[in-house]
Amino acid sequence: MSSVDRLAAGPGLSALLRVELLLALRRGADIANPLLFFVTVLALLPLGVGPEPALLARMAPGMIWVVALLASMLSQESLFRSDFEDGSLEQLTLSPRPLYFAVLAKVAVHWLVTGLPLALLSPLLGLMLNLPAAGYFCLFVSLLLGTACLSLIGAVGAALTVSLRRAGLLLALIVMPLYVPVLIFGTGAVQAALDGYAYNVQLAVLAALLAVAAALAPLAAAGAIRISTDS
Amino acid sequence: MEFQFAGLADFLAMNGHGPYVWIAYGVTLLALAGLVIQPVLRRRRLQAALKRQQRIQQRRRSAEKRKRVAEPA
Amino acid sequence: MAWQWFHRLGSPRWFYWKTGAWLPWLAIASGLLLSAGSLWGLGFAPQDAKQGDSYRIIYIHVPAAFLALAGYYIMAISGAIGLIWKMKLSYLVMRAAALIGAVLTFISLFTGAVWGKPTWGTYWVWDARITSMLILLFLYIGVIALSRAFAREQVADKACAILALVGTVNIPIIYKSVDWWFTLHQPATIKLTESSSIDPSMFYPLLTMIIGFYCFYAWALLLHTRNLVLQREWRTNWAQQALADRTPAADR
Repeated sequence: MSSVDRLAAGPGLSALLRVELLLALRRGADIANPLLFFVTVLALLPLGVGPEPALLARMAPGMIWVVALLASMLSQESLFRSDFEDGSLEQLTLSPRPLYFAVLAKVAVHWLVTGLPLALLSPLLGLMLNLPAAGYFCLFVSLLLGTACLSLIGAVGAALTVSLRRAGLLLALIVMPLYVPVLIFGTGAVQAALDGYAYNVQLAVLAALLAVAAALAPLAAAGAIRISTDS
Repeated sequence: MEFQFAGLADFLAMNGHGPYVWIAYGVTLLALAGLVIQPVLRRRRLQAALKRQQRIQQRRRSAEKRKRVAEPA
Repeated sequence: MAWQWFHRLGSPRWFYWKTGAWLPWLAIASGLLLSAGSLWGLGFAPQDAKQGDSYRIIYIHVPAAFLALAGYYIMAISGAIGLIWKMKLSYLVMRAAALIGAVLTFISLFTGAVWGKPTWGTYWVWDARITSMLILLFLYIGVIALSRAFAREQVADKACAILALVGTVNIPIIYKSVDWWFTLHQPATIKLTESSSIDPSMFYPLLTMIIGFYCFYAWALLLHTRNLVLQREWRTNWAQQALADRTPAADR
């Protein structure tokens, strides 16, 4: 069922979510590739800096976060791509339903197939990088919240560049600076956990960022989609 | 308010910090000058492009006129 | 009636001829203020007790940093005006502001690094303000890169306006988070953020330079915007006359 068909049926938000999820699950590579990227790049780290356990443990929270950020961003380019190419993105802009919810549904699905698996996989990588036991839970929760933020912010960049043929590097260029707060508070939380401090403040800030991003990012992305499909 | 240095050489040396101060001011001057010069250069390029376009149009127009003159004969 | 100037401002042609008269004044003002301020700061302001003469870089570093930040808001506000009132001219202001802002951010970063060497013994420290400035530079570069990526300039205009607005929402968050990050990692030996009151004999030249930079910014912004106007309108009759340095009677 293509995006055009489901529009003719007049779907609600939950139907939209279901269909998007189905479409995403069918493209297995889209789920597997970011995860493989995540594991491969982190496997390169000890090769680059040496296998000394103490050094790896010190770098682990930051590196896991940075690579998760890259993995999430690289998968973002295709967020609206196929819908733009087959014209269903333009159909969405014509639908009476606010574009906001359609974008939100797409972002939610993007997070379900990239952010959530990344967070689930992170303890394994923590293990490989000798992350101390105190950090695991915090790493998992911070990634859970943080990748949702990244998916939302990245959606704006993806919507802005969807009409460009080779958008990959440009997308990275415009989205990276916007990721900074998420990265800082994500790694900050894990570091606090490792140092034995309370980390709920950092997680609360991440949750607050998520709330703001959920309110504003789909609006900006919807505006960007209207501009991109207008051309 | 008085001049803080004994002479020009002293002024340039800045008590050992000369290179840093002058590099900072020099690069700033270059960057600011670049900001002013860039529009001038671009304007010139536009002018050249416009002239070229007008010349091409002129040539096309005169060629058409010649053709029109030649046809009745 | 009161809004007439606003609608007129939306006309690139009116803008072009109106601002032509301002250019020499802005050029003179910025030239005078900047050279007087530099001379004052370099030669006549007293030496700093702790940093010696390297502190004299402050007279370009601080004004450039000021305008780099203010420039982002100027860029974003012009973009917003373009989106809301569909004013073509304000997109051109936005494009001009992006380039100028990026150059000013670079200046403030460069002078900061050069200042850092004699003062802290290193060109680059990951200090909160330096890091924020670096991210600001990336934000500017993102807007410039996006503006050049599209084949159709009208699409690029709107896309950049949205990106600039998203960046505006983010800037305070970025600043706060980088600030927090720095206090987390602050090495005990280096203390950079010292809020001490500045002596008037050092402050007046700084004020002169700040005003001079503002004048220069206005001058450069007008120069660049006027050029972008000509570039975009160059098929029209009036723009061709403007390029040939002839003022049509209607615009005199």
